[in-house]
Amino acid sequence: MGQTLAEKVWASHVVHRAEGEPDLLYIDLHLVHEVTSPQAFEGLRAAGRPVRRPDLTVATEDHNVPTTLGPITDPVSRTQLEALKRNCAEFGIVHHERGKLGQGIVHVIGPELGLTQPGMTIVCGDSHTSTHGAFGALAFGIGTSEVEHVLATQTLPLRPFRTMAITVEGELPPGVSPKDIILAVINRIGTGGGQGYVLEYRGSAIEALSMEGRMTICNMSIEAGARAGMVAPDETTFAYLKDRPHAPQGADWDAALEWWRSLRTDPDASFDAEVVIDAAELTPYVTWGTNPGQSVPLGEAVPDPASFGDEDARQAAERALEYMDLRPGTSMREIAVDTVFLGSCTNGRIEDLRTAAEVLRGRRVADGLRMLVVPGSHAVRLQAEAEGLDQVFTEAGAEWRLAGCSMCLGMNPDQLSPQERCASTSNRNFEGRQGARSRTHLVSPAVAAATALRGTLSSPADLSEPAPREVSAR
Amino acid sequence: MMTPFTAHTGVGVPLRRSNVDTDQIIPAHFLKRVSREGFEEGLFSRWREDPTFVLNQPGYAGGSVLVTGPDFGTGSSREHAVWALMQYGFRVVVSARFGDIFRGNSGKQGLLTAEVAQPDVELILKHLENNPGAEVTVDLTERTVVAGDIHAAFQVDDYTRWRLLNGLDDISLTLRHADEIDRFESGRPAFTPRVTAATGEPGT
Ligand code: SF4
Repeated sequence: MGQTLAEKVWASHVVHRAEGEPDLLYIDLHLVHEVTSPQAFEGLRAAGRPVRRPDLTVATEDHNVPTTLGPITDPVSRTQLEALKRNCAEFGIVHHERGKLGQGIVHVIGPELGLTQPGMTIVCGDSHTSTHGAFGALAFGIGTSEVEHVLATQTLPLRPFRTMAITVEGELPPGVSPKDIILAVINRIGTGGGQGYVLEYRGSAIEALSMEGRMTICNMSIEAGARAGMVAPDETTFAYLKDRPHAPQGADWDAALEWWRSLRTDPDASFDAEVVIDAAELTPYVTWGTNPGQSVPLGEAVPDPASFGDEDARQAAERALEYMDLRPGTSMREIAVDTVFLGSCTNGRIEDLRTAAEVLRGRRVADGLRMLVVPGSHAVRLQAEAEGLDQVFTEAGAEWRLAGCSMCLGMNPDQLSPQERCASTSNRNFEGRQGARSRTHLVSPAVAAATALRGTLSSPADLSEPAPREVSAR
Repeated sequence: MMTPFTAHTGVGVPLRRSNVDTDQIIPAHFLKRVSREGFEEGLFSRWREDPTFVLNQPGYAGGSVLVTGPDFGTGSSREHAVWALMQYGFRVVVSARFGDIFRGNSGKQGLLTAEVAQPDVELILKHLENNPGAEVTVDLTERTVVAGDIHAAFQVDDYTRWRLLNGLDDISLTLRHADEIDRFESGRPAFTPRVTAATGEPGT
């Protein structure tokens, strides 16, 4: 019987297998950032162990960096960034610092540098490592002890995952984005639905997506409970990788291509579970609650908790509505937001910025509303500036920031105030995620931009009037 | 080496919530430390602002067995969640379902995640709510949770159980296979990326 993509990658990385034990899997690439690594390095030092393969390890600064110029004022953040720098120097690891080309959110720089390639095993002490699965790599988040384990051994003991096919067939309607696909998937299978599985996204709608779009989808696999999401590598993948700094060259490229092409799920392979979604029926999705599964199409209303059959779901919905300060029956389009955040490892890539800029071009954000645009990496920032997108954002009244995780999580200076409401292109709407008692609605970049203009949750289709040709100064 | 875990008896703390994600267990701003200590302060810190929250009730003081709703520990990979629970004094979490990464992290630190069927969790929750300060006994050899008259079986995979019972740490276990790792490395294709100081910075 044939094998799935995930099974092929797994099988090609088994170092040791024994009855009753987890498989010992080789790790091709280990991405490191400042938050989940200091205690791992501390552990190595205490045990007198070296890093086995510094050349398969790359570090960047993202979670704690301010996205404005100037020194890092928070002493604790500074300590953590300094610790990373020191640890990398001590153990011989390449480290991408703030303000340097190559720095950015860990899941944005891996693909950008061509480090993320099909068939690889990739780990990072961050749950959104699933992003890299867009290239047909088996990529997943690990905890700090596992970070230490990989640093010391370049392997991880792991139990095989089950496989789930998420098949999205058909053509996406205009204005519907990859973010809407994944929000719809999570809505359908629930935040625990993917637990224990590797998800493989397939079907014509997925094949039609750019690498950026595939990354957005794989990124949020963890929000469905799955540790990894994958897309089979194809011509789109190869074209993206060609000539990236770390992509194979010459004869190596040909050898790599041959292996990459062999990775696709065999026609006679079977999945442990399958979900089928009709792309033509999708519309923009927005969340109303405090987990990414609590969402509705933008055209609908805040649901009534009483409409949930399941007792747990009903209680969760009641608590979420109280936290979010929303009434059942309120049309989603009437919900006014204070802030719009465009960025994160979900939607902070160049394509996301282009999409939003197209909507904002020649228009102004609503009075009193704050919009933050934060590129996912320094390279994305430079590319956007080369295309003049920064101008579009600033002329629309948005703030153009330096690369980092920014307002995706309440850790660096970019945070919401208590009760502040935000339309965010990030991946988590948990209580307090963007700052204590803050309220988050997850949206796509196009919806984020339209929302910024109208002040209430909106899609570009709601912008009936064409953009005025000249922008009057505020 | 970790401390071996065979059985544990301690005050049970009922946390009647489902989907407790790691952002609730320990909010992000507590993650900035670079050492492994002091994370108990951050445990459920937003909920602890509420004086009626279970950890603030004197009846449950010194609790070491957390009993909670399904899907505990979903969300981010932060191991700080496990440190926070352990440094606060918890040795066991009882739930019908755990987030995958959280469960893995717990096993490595010696925090037992006991997977108990939801109807039994419900019985234990009620028992603890009605009898603050009641003890719960968790026996890893027998895989049982006992609270008052309630006897429940729990699931934990054999390998994690064996490691917990013996207090074995993963890195030493893996390093027994160093020869196999060497062999695997010598067979890796030449085209897989390597990052050294010379190749690290992309051309500017
Ligand atoms: S952007 Fe958000 S989700 Fe992504 S790595 Fe940073 S904090 Fe995590």
